[in-house]
Amino acid sequence: MGKRIEVSGLTKKYGSHLAVDDLTLSIEKGEIFGLLGPNGAGKSTTILMLLGLTEVDSGSVKVCGIDATRSPLDVKSKVGYLPEDVGFYNDYSGLQNLMYIARLNNIPIKQARKSALDILEKVGLLDAKDKKVESYSRGMRQRLGLADVLIKEPEVIILDEPTLGLDPEGVRKFLQLIVRLSRKQGITVLFSSHHLHQIQQVCDRVGIFVKGKLLAEGKISDLAEQLFTKNTFTIEVGVTSDQTNLNPPLEEVTKKIKQIKSVANVTLNNNCFLIESKHDISDELSKLIVNLGYGLSYLTKKEYGLDDIYHQYFQEEK
Amino acid sequence: MNTKVFKINIANFAKIKFLELINFIDFFKRRTPDNASNFSLASFKVMVQKEITDHIRNWRFIILFAIIALACMGTLFSTLADTAKTFATNNSENTFFFLNLFTKSDGTLPSFFVFVGFLGPLFGISLGFDAISSEQNKGTLSRVMAQPIPRDYIINAKFLAGIIVISVMLFTLSFLVIGAGLVALGIPPTAEEFIRIVIYTILSIVYVSFWLNLSILFSVRFKQPATSALSGLAVWLFFTIFYPLIVNIIIKGSEPSKFASESKIFIYQKLKFYLVQIMPSELFNEITSALLVPSVRSLSPLTMEQMHGAIPSSLPIGQSLLLVWPQVTGLLALTLLCFLFSYVIFMKREIRSRG
Repeated sequence: MGKRIEVSGLTKKYGSHLAVDDLTLSIEKGEIFGLLGPNGAGKSTTILMLLGLTEVDSGSVKVCGIDATRSPLDVKSKVGYLPEDVGFYNDYSGLQNLMYIARLNNIPIKQARKSALDILEKVGLLDAKDKKVESYSRGMRQRLGLADVLIKEPEVIILDEPTLGLDPEGVRKFLQLIVRLSRKQGITVLFSSHHLHQIQQVCDRVGIFVKGKLLAEGKISDLAEQLFTKNTFTIEVGVTSDQTNLNPPLEEVTKKIKQIKSVANVTLNNNCFLIESKHDISDELSKLIVNLGYGLSYLTKKEYGLDDIYHQYFQEEK
Repeated sequence: MNTKVFKINIANFAKIKFLELINFIDFFKRRTPDNASNFSLASFKVMVQKEITDHIRNWRFIILFAIIALACMGTLFSTLADTAKTFATNNSENTFFFLNLFTKSDGTLPSFFVFVGFLGPLFGISLGFDAISSEQNKGTLSRVMAQPIPRDYIINAKFLAGIIVISVMLFTLSFLVIGAGLVALGIPPTAEEFIRIVIYTILSIVYVSFWLNLSILFSVRFKQPATSALSGLAVWLFFTIFYPLIVNIIIKGSEPSKFASESKIFIYQKLKFYLVQIMPSELFNEITSALLVPSVRSLSPLTMEQMHGAIPSSLPIGQSLLLVWPQVTGLLALTLLCFLFSYVIFMKREIRSRG
């Protein structure tokens, strides 16, 4: 059904500080989009503007086809937002907290109760529903937060650093839950985090957001190409040579590898080549080595993950 | 040349009018019945309900209510014994026994209205001082803001819930006093007495809600609930202790000699009167005395000519109300001003989680 979130030319200033600088972004229906950036990059500000919670200096924001600055109420009834470090009324039980939000969304009380119990079961809090929230653990609170977001049956979910402070197991379960729900119900998810691995695990598409600017945007594999102009691929090859004197020496092999198109650099280190190239040449490489009479003990393609992209960027910054 | 300019002005003017009209329509869109209005009102009701529940369950409220109720009961019993005696000895028509229950005391305890005037501000401050800041600190504010409700509902709900709680409390106390008097004296209050008591109660609600609003203003302004509670108490202390001291110093300094001209003395008396008029507590005291003591004929200084020929009798209710009308207006204005400021600050603020 087309785009759920459309942002163009979005700018927000705090005094002279440019928090969000001419941001353009669009997210399709059913997509899980990761907004990746360090602290203070303007992720939360962007999210606030998506919900119409803060004023936009210039540019336009459309969520579900509705202008967020003009009619924030309509947007907020379609978007579930889990704020960073969400809080609950501690002296109310989990169910009561959930019911309150349901009532604020104008869900009639009977139906609210039914769907609240449903959702609590989905997020695995049904046993703890009558306990006061102050006795909840961090993970339970976060799951209650997710329940809170889901109860209004949103079309879009916006999660601001939802995994902050969870243990690895908790993070894994939480992410699985989000992916499952999103896939099942076709909910669009905008997921902001500064954790590369979590984003890498769940997101279809990623935007890297630094100092108010979207540096790159796309699938993780495409991102590498956008950010690294050359030598995206690094291949590590281990060779064995049983019969001595039969093969050309390893230095010879190095030269031959260098002759392959698009290879930029080859380093030899104790029967092990490290080859940097622009394209994937593992095919040709293995053929070459075998033809030369060497044994191929291993060949690993080192693809760039977000980690490298991230570090690469910050190295450039410095 | 001139006409041209004039035409352009007219055109601009029409444009502005037109724009204003658009805004105006937009402004009321929220309230048209077909789209979101029922929707929002229902959620507003839910919010007010929650706030009231929170207040009533709160230990702070329970303790303060207990203190106020006990204090009032104490004075009630001491005055009841006293009033019963006067009732036995004096049978005339115009003694306003029920009003005496609120104003007279036998000296062991201050009277009912003194207690309300003294503890009411504390009560108002305690209901409001963490209204917004605690929600912000708990991180619930941004959660509620993410729901489809207009932002002002949050502060309006806090305000309305506070006023409802205060009204219920004050009406309970007033009616309790009337009821106890009824049981003890065996005669019903006259219609005038009843109306006076009801009006007094309504105006004391306004007075307490002034303090409620002031503390809500502080809670919007300050992040720490302790800061806002202390600033609320500081304002209250300033007006009950320090401001009268300052006024005394000024008045002492400007006191005219015994032989000064009449107009000088008149100005001095006026100064004395107006200096205390800024104090909300003084405004309330004047309202109380005019409403509950019908024989009070003037609150400001009078000249001899004005006093001349006056019959020392009590005023009818309408006249008493007329007498305190400026004070009532002042108190209402102060209350609304506090609300306005907190509203504006709150609406303009950017809400981040726990920020």
